[in-house]
Order: sequence, then structure tokens, then C-alpha cells
Amino acid sequence: MPEIREKVDVCVIGAGHAGCEAALACARLGLETVIFTVSVDSIALMPCNPNVGGSSKGHLVRELDALGGEMGKNIDKTFIQSKMLNISKGPAVHSLRAQADKAEYSRAMRKVLENQEHLTVKQAEVCELLSEEIAAGKGEENIRRIRITGVKTFTGAIYECKAVVLCTGTYLNARCLCGEAITYTGPNGLQAATHLSDSLEKLGIPLRRFKTGTPARMDKRSIDFTKMEEQFGDERIVPFSFSTNPEEIQKEQASCWLTYTNEETHNIIRANLDRSPIYAGIIEGTGPRYCPSIEDKVVKFAEKERHQVFIEPEGLHTNEMYVGGMSSSMPEDVQLAMYRTVPGLEHCKIVRNAYAIEYDCINGKQLDPTLEFKHIKGLFSAGQLNGSSGYEEAASQGLIAGINAAMEILEKDTLVLDRGESYIGVLIDDLVTKDNREPYRMMTSRAEYRLLLRQDNADLRLREKGYQIGLISEKQMKELQAKKFLIEKEMQRLKDTLLGANKEVQDFLESNGSSTLKTAASLAELICRPEFDYEKISGIDKNRSVSMEEFIQEAEEYFCPVSRKLLDEVKEQVEIEIKYEGYILRQKRQVEQYQKMEEKKIPKDLDYDDVPSLRIEARQKLKEFRPVSVGQASRISGVSPADISVLLIYLEHHSHSR
Amino acid sequence: MKTDTIAAVATAMSDSGIGIIRISGEEAIEIADKIFQTPGGKHILKNVQSHTIHYGYVVDDELQKLDEVMVSVLKAPRSFTAEDTVEINCHGGILVMQKILELVCKSGARLAEPGEFTKRAFLNGRIDLSKAEAVMDMISSQNEYAMKSSFDQLQGKLSVQIKSLRDEIIYEIAFIESALDDPEHISLDGFPERLSEKLQQIDKKIGGLIATFINGKMIKNGISTVILGKPNVGKSSLLNLMVGEERAIVTDIAGTTRDVLQESINLHGIHLNLIDTAGIRDTEDTVEKIGVERARKYAEQADLILYVVDTSEKLDDNDREIIGLLKNNIEKNGIILLNKNDLDTLVDETDIQKEFEKQGVNCDTFKRNFVILKTSTKDGSGMQELEEAVKNMFLSGIIQNKDEVIITNLRHKEALQEAYDSIHLVQKSIADGMPEDFYSIDLMSAYKALGLIIGEEVEDDLVEEIFSKFCMGK
Repeated sequence: MPEIREKVDVCVIGAGHAGCEAALACARLGLETVIFTVSVDSIALMPCNPNVGGSSKGHLVRELDALGGEMGKNIDKTFIQSKMLNISKGPAVHSLRAQADKAEYSRAMRKVLENQEHLTVKQAEVCELLSEEIAAGKGEENIRRIRITGVKTFTGAIYECKAVVLCTGTYLNARCLCGEAITYTGPNGLQAATHLSDSLEKLGIPLRRFKTGTPARMDKRSIDFTKMEEQFGDERIVPFSFSTNPEEIQKEQASCWLTYTNEETHNIIRANLDRSPIYAGIIEGTGPRYCPSIEDKVVKFAEKERHQVFIEPEGLHTNEMYVGGMSSSMPEDVQLAMYRTVPGLEHCKIVRNAYAIEYDCINGKQLDPTLEFKHIKGLFSAGQLNGSSGYEEAASQGLIAGINAAMEILEKDTLVLDRGESYIGVLIDDLVTKDNREPYRMMTSRAEYRLLLRQDNADLRLREKGYQIGLISEKQMKELQAKKFLIEKEMQRLKDTLLGANKEVQDFLESNGSSTLKTAASLAELICRPEFDYEKISGIDKNRSVSMEEFIQEAEEYFCPVSRKLLDEVKEQVEIEIKYEGYILRQKRQVEQYQKMEEKKIPKDLDYDDVPSLRIEARQKLKEFRPVSVGQASRISGVSPADISVLLIYLEHHSHSR
Repeated sequence: MKTDTIAAVATAMSDSGIGIIRISGEEAIEIADKIFQTPGGKHILKNVQSHTIHYGYVVDDELQKLDEVMVSVLKAPRSFTAEDTVEINCHGGILVMQKILELVCKSGARLAEPGEFTKRAFLNGRIDLSKAEAVMDMISSQNEYAMKSSFDQLQGKLSVQIKSLRDEIIYEIAFIESALDDPEHISLDGFPERLSEKLQQIDKKIGGLIATFINGKMIKNGISTVILGKPNVGKSSLLNLMVGEERAIVTDIAGTTRDVLQESINLHGIHLNLIDTAGIRDTEDTVEKIGVERARKYAEQADLILYVVDTSEKLDDNDREIIGLLKNNIEKNGIILLNKNDLDTLVDETDIQKEFEKQGVNCDTFKRNFVILKTSTKDGSGMQELEEAVKNMFLSGIIQNKDEVIITNLRHKEALQEAYDSIHLVQKSIADGMPEDFYSIDLMSAYKALGLIIGEEVEDDLVEEIFSKFCMGK
């Protein structure tokens, strides 16, 4: 039988948020890439909430952008409301969140993909991964080695390739539940992928079932907004991408609306619990606790009299409104009844029902921190398939998996970010090191060193890495260098400029309600006082503008023209770094400690049965996870500090005897 | 790689009170020099030759002499660990050694992990590679032993208190974190004030725990032990049995011990100052009344209270008075002796426990806070158990291994101190008006430090707590 047979470098399976980033990264690095999707109309689809970012997720988008990802740029083009969350808290937890025009977001991303050199978009369901056994390398006898050679579509076409990035999202053997009604589809009624799971299992990849859910969408015309509180966007909009000029995105914004459930809502839910597929035991998959269905909230937090409900527009050119906070898998009639108890929704008309979705996914412990399968060369995996949830989490993994697939083909160093330098590092380390039993969402509390991992300094942390990989341009790199230069210069100046306890200074301090000086103090010390900041001390910082001019001249000489935007960013950094210096230094020291253990690599071929004195539980866990470093080993639950000591001594012995 | 300096008691524990504290690492000599003085009051260790031994005193921060010692200086690489090493030969008994070790740690050393000297010796190439397995075995087994020992000793009240402190702290962190993750659902308005109040309580509790550890006063003056009981219950006989001579006047007439008698004994290196008091009963007899008042005062100042109950007599008002006293001093170490004067048994543990319950001390608290022993001052039975119990209370933190003595008590104290300091940092952040997310940093340090005491690691506690206590999101 004649068949189509093509030869490319990389195949990306799935064109959701992970797939788009993976495919763009590979193509931009010059590799011939095909991205497969069951529906070209659904590229970068947002099947659940209509927003990008939010607490800690906003950080992910920033980091993604610093490394050369697309999500930040795409939401800057298509947002309809923007808000910096936690603005009253410390800078580490400020987090950007934007409401997206879903259709526009999808369309804009599709345009980027379609116009990307080296990238082909293909509508097809991939059914099978093609592979071959390869000879074990030295010391790899313990590990089964397979190499990926291509993929096969449902219609029989074969694409030979060097690497595959799996970004199947929630499509594998998906089924959607709305009460008693079950359909075997992916999100939004799209076709599910029903063949690939078998192929994965044949390759020795065990699968498990996770579930998630989404609330109903309402017709805007049926909602009474006068009974709700209007929620506005920020007056001054901050872009996600470091490359977006803030002046160009200031625009009129759409509103969201806040209302609440009440006892009546809860009574309806309680009375119908037996009809909920979760409580009736029809759903087998494990759901996430952080975005519980309204049924879950009512059952688990029975003492709460009301829950918040956010009504958010799905876009500017549609009447559909998303009902945030009330996802459900109740039958249609119960849904309508419960929604209609909420003030403003009394006469609501549902456009799309809420539903729960169940899908196949893998356990992240099968992956290396590069997101490559430990036992299959050339097979990478990203997004919800890895047991995560969320667009931003997916996109972050997609970028890393894409980069590493490319690095492997190009025979360059792979990219593994650590917990001390990025949220993306935390995300991936958690996914591949911990036994996650539910879809994993990024949370700010998961980042131990979050004072260093701020959304405002993602470029300072990661842009250089993006440049080394080849996703960040020379020009962007120069801008970064100029920024670093200016920050350093200005910080030094503020630390070196001493103020004497003279009358002018004392008067200034007194008039600002600050205590007077006993001995000389630097400008930096004044910034540290709670009542001051960088702007507020400008009254006694006489040399500021003159010396800044000098610095700028120097920076322009060495690097590139200094824009207004860049200057604002410099001031922000200087202020934060000085104001929180004590805390920041403490965390930096902790990170150094942490990184020492990360640097102690464990040989891939280490046979844990040869390591004496390990406790049985630790031995089993280490064999199962095969950590890449002693640091990673120490984070595996069931491995004790004594086991780590034993391991360290063994490795020392090992390196001596080699 | 630069390594820190470690210290531990390097000899087996014995009643002789002689032992060696070993300090090893780059700063060993500097640290020892801070606390060691020659009889002439000079600090000389930095300038002495390797492999020399020096006579002098260990002095504390207030320049008080703690012990008369001999100090050997062994410079790298010619020492067991191949690092700079100082060994302090002490004479003052286990508690003095513990105090010196504490001082060494305060001066910059860190308490050694089980097997750490040997591990360093190995890593520095001092031990043949063929011994690697033995070293690993040792670390593994010693660690298990240490875990077990500290677990055993922590079955009691300390562990319960630490757990409840940790629960309180993680709850607050989880609240902050859930608000940060979901600012639109959970508000932190008014939280700093609430947290500050809460921290004052936590602060007090941790401070109280730190105070229960053996302090300098106890070492200098011995452990102040008071024997309480109604008249003629056998207190003086007990004192005599413990001291080993007829010191107190013992007769069958109630109230013979008119004054407070003091005697000092040495129990495995612990000095116990035994104070026998007159029975606590309201009396018109002026001489005895003074004794009664003193007894109360002594009980309040005591480190250890022994309550002697006469099992042949029903509990009376006197006993109720004493139980009240014990209740008021419940944070102290308490031992209840059911003393049988070879007659009928009318009172048992349950009766006493019920009496406590009447005074508002529930069964669990009672069992956690008191050791109950059966004794007979007539035939001396139960005395060995009493000695054991006292030893466990004050030496329980000392674990003996093949080549090192690990004082876990000191470890606990250090951990508590760290938690205490961290809580203070949070209070400072609140006072300075820092944003709420900064609180979590030091709260987490406190939580981790307390976890060290009960051997619990952090892992996913926080995320679990957030999900179980707070209703999040979408």
C-alpha cells in the first residue's frame, strides 16, 4: 500500500500551550519541525479559564518570555483586561494576570506558528510512536534503551524524526462527564486521541487517570450585572513580555464581575450529591484540590456560608461569560438550578454546560529533568500529560522539552533550570521528583527561594540562558547587559553616597516622619527605612540625575541605546534589591547550599544494589526515580539524611576507585 | 570545599565524670582558644605547636571557670580526621561536659552528626577505602539508633508540645500562602495583628521549653530536688535511702521533720540537692508552719519534685494541697512515688489520677507529665527504678555510641533556640511593616527547626495544610 513518508527533525504531538512552545523553539533553532493537532482550528485553545497568569503562574510566563517563549508576547497582543495581583504584598509575590480574548489568543498563536520558518502545521491524529532498540552504552546495561525513530498517523502517514515531543494535554482516551451523560471526547467536544495510549504502554510507559473540570458558560444577555460587583483592570497596564513596549498596550479594558453562592445553592448541591459522578463513584481519575468543583467546596468546607463566583468575559466578540469558581460535573438540570440561585444569575441561560474531563497521563518520575523519558532516547513529554495542570505550566514544560529535544539533536548541552533560579525549575523538579497524586499546579509556596525568583527579575535570571540556547537575539542580550550595568552602578552609588547629620538632612527626615541621624548614613540605608523608597529620597539625593546621565552615556557606549522603559526597570530593581537586601542575601546563601548538592551528580549507571547500608525503602525509591544528582535524591520522599550520607561516601569511594 | 567545624563528646559516658570533647575543623583551634585560659588567664592556643597539651580552665562568657581541663592541640593533617583538632579533657562530670560542649557550639562549632568524625576521617583519606562499607554501616545504624532513642525520649510531653507548636505555625503559614496564591478569595486584612498576638503565645511556649533544659545554674548548684508528702509518709526515709545515711530524723510521729533538710548526692554525674520538707499541712504549730511555707517555696524553685504518697492511707486534704502544688508546677519534672509502708494498700495510681482530674488535670496530661513508681522505704525496693527515672529525665538526651557521645538534648536546645529566634524575626518583620509574604520565610524556619527535634522533615506539609484548611480557587 502506498503511503506518505516524510523525514523531519522533530515531531510535536499536540498544538496546545505546551506543543506551541515546543514546536516554535525547535523550529527557531533551525530544526525541521512538524506540529500535529486533531484540529487546526483549536491551536492554543483555552478550554477552561479565560486568563493567563495569576499568582506564581504569572512568574512562569515571565520566565518563559525571558528564555524566548511565545506565551507572554501572545497574551500581550490579545488581552482584554490586566491586573497585577498581590500589589500590597512584597515584590516576590506580585503576579500578573490578564483576561484573554480566547478566540483572538488562539488566532494570534496560529498566525505565529503558520509563519514560522522550518515549522509545518499538520491536522492529524498520531496513533503510534516508531522506535528501535539500541545497544546499551557503557554502564547502561541496567537501563532498557530504545530510540524514537518517527510517528505514524491514523491515515497511515509516517514521519521519520530524531525526536518526538508529546504534548497531548487532556486528549488521551478522554471522556467528559456531565452528570449521567458521558461523551468520549476531548475538551470542548473535540475529538479525543484514542490510539496513542496503547503505543505508549507498549513502549513501557505506564499510564494513569487524572481528572479536571470546567464551569458553565453563560449568555451575557441573561445575566443581571447590577447585582454584582464590577471588577476593573489596573489603571497602568504592565506587559507580560520583556519585549513589549508598555506604551503600546495601554487600552480600554473589559470588566469582570463578582457575585456569591449562598445557602440555597449549597442545599441544591447537597440534595443532589448522589447524582454527581464523582460522589457516585463514576469518575475514577484523581482531581486537583486547588481548583475544586463547587460540589467539593460545599462538601469539604461545609462551614463556609458562601463562595465567590467570578463572571469573566470569554472575549470581546462573543456573549459567552465564564463562571469562575463554580466548575461542576452535576447533571444539566442540577447545574441550571444551582446557578440560578446565585444573585445576578437568576435567569441565566447556559451556553455550554460545566463538565469534568478524565484523561490518560504519565507519572513524571519516568522523566529526566530535561523532560526526556529516562529509557527512551529522543522521546520528550510536556504539559498535562506529565500530570500538571494549567496553560502556563504546560507552556513552560513545552519550551524546556522543545529546547532539550533540539539540544540533543544538535549535540549541545541540555537545559535544566534549578529551584534556585526559576519557578520553571521548581515546577519540573517537583514533577520528576515527587510522587504527585493529583494534577500539579504551580503555587508560590512551592518555591523555597521565591524572594530571588521574582516576576520583575525573570530577565536578569534567565535571559542569558535563552541567548546561549539561541532563542534570544543579540539586541535583546545587549539590552540586558545595559540593564545589569546600570543596576550595578546605581546600587553602588546609593551605598557609597553618605549623608552627614547636617541640618538639611535632619529637616528632610523630620518632615517625612523619619527619625533623625546620629551618625552619617548612606542613601541605601535610608531606602531601607519603611517610610522611604527610591523615589521618596530623591529630595536629598542631589547627584541622582547627573550621575545617572553619566551611567547612561557609559551604557550606551558599551551596549545599546537606553530607553525610558529600561530606565524604569533599573529603578525598580535598585529599589527592591536595596530594600530587601537582608532577606535576599539570606536566601542567596541558602541557594548556594542547595546548589552544592545539585552539583554532585550521580552516574547514570549507578547500581543501587551495590551501595551497602542503604535502607530498603531508600534503595527502592532511588532505583525507581534514578535521580541525576544527590540534591535530587535528597528530595525523594523516603530517602533519609543518613541515606544521603551513605550515598555521598559511596560516590566518593567510587570516584577514587575509578 | 570548605567544611565547618564540628564538636562532640568523644568518650564513653561513665560515672567518673572524666571525658573528652573533640573539636575538628578549620576553626577548631580558634574556637577552643576563645573558651580556654591558662591559670594565668591567657589565651594561648593559637600560638602553640601541634601535638602539645596544655593545662588550664574552660571559662564561659562571664569569665566563670566551668572546669579544670587539659587541652591537646593536633594540627592538620596529623589528627584522626586529618583536620585541625582540639581535644578537651574534662573532669567535672557529664553535665559540665554538656555545658562545655554548648559553649563550644556557641563559639562557632556545630554539633557533630552521628559518625561524622569517622566520616571526615574517611573523606580526608585517613581511613583505608576498604573500610568504606563499615563507615556507611555505622552511619546508618547510628542514625537509626539516634532516631529511636530520641523517639523514645520524645514519647512524652516534649514531643506533644513540639507537635502542637508546629501545627500552630504551619496553620499560619498555610493561611498566608493561600492568600498569596488566591488573593481574590482570601484576604489578609488585619492578619498581622492577629499573627503577632499568636506569636507571643508561641514565643512564650518555646521560651518555656528552652528553660526546661538543664541550665548553667543547675550545673553549678546541682539539680534542686524537693520531696513532698504529707507528714510521716516516708519522706525522710526516702532521703536517707538516697543519701545512704541516717540524716533526717525518722520517727513514727507525724511532723518530726521540723525544718527543711538538705543533702547532696551524685547520681551518674548529676548532682542532686535533695530537700526534704515538713509535710504540707495547715498547722497551728509555729515551728512547723514555717517549714510548710518553706516547702511551698522550695517546690516552686525546684527542678525536680518527688511526691511521696502513703498507699496505706486514704488521700486527704494534705494530699490535695500537694496535688495542687504539683498542678501549679506542672512544667517541672515530677515523680510520684507510691510508697508502701508494708501495710494494706488503700491508694493506687487511679485514685491519684482521679484527684488530679478533680483539680482540672485530665488523664492524658497527668500521664504525660508524671512518672509513677512503686517504692517501699522499709525494704528499699523501687530505689533503683527511681534512680533510673531521675537519670532518664536529666540524661535522656545523651546517647552513647561506639566512639562518640551525642548529646541530643543540646541539639534540641539549639533547634528550639533557632525556632525562638525565627519567631522573633517574624515579630520584627511585623513591627517593621514588612509585607505578609516575608513572614512565611521565618515562620518556615521555625517550623523546620522544631521538626528537627522530633525528626520530622517538611516535605509537602505546607501544600497539604493549604488544601485541607483553606478553600482555594476556581
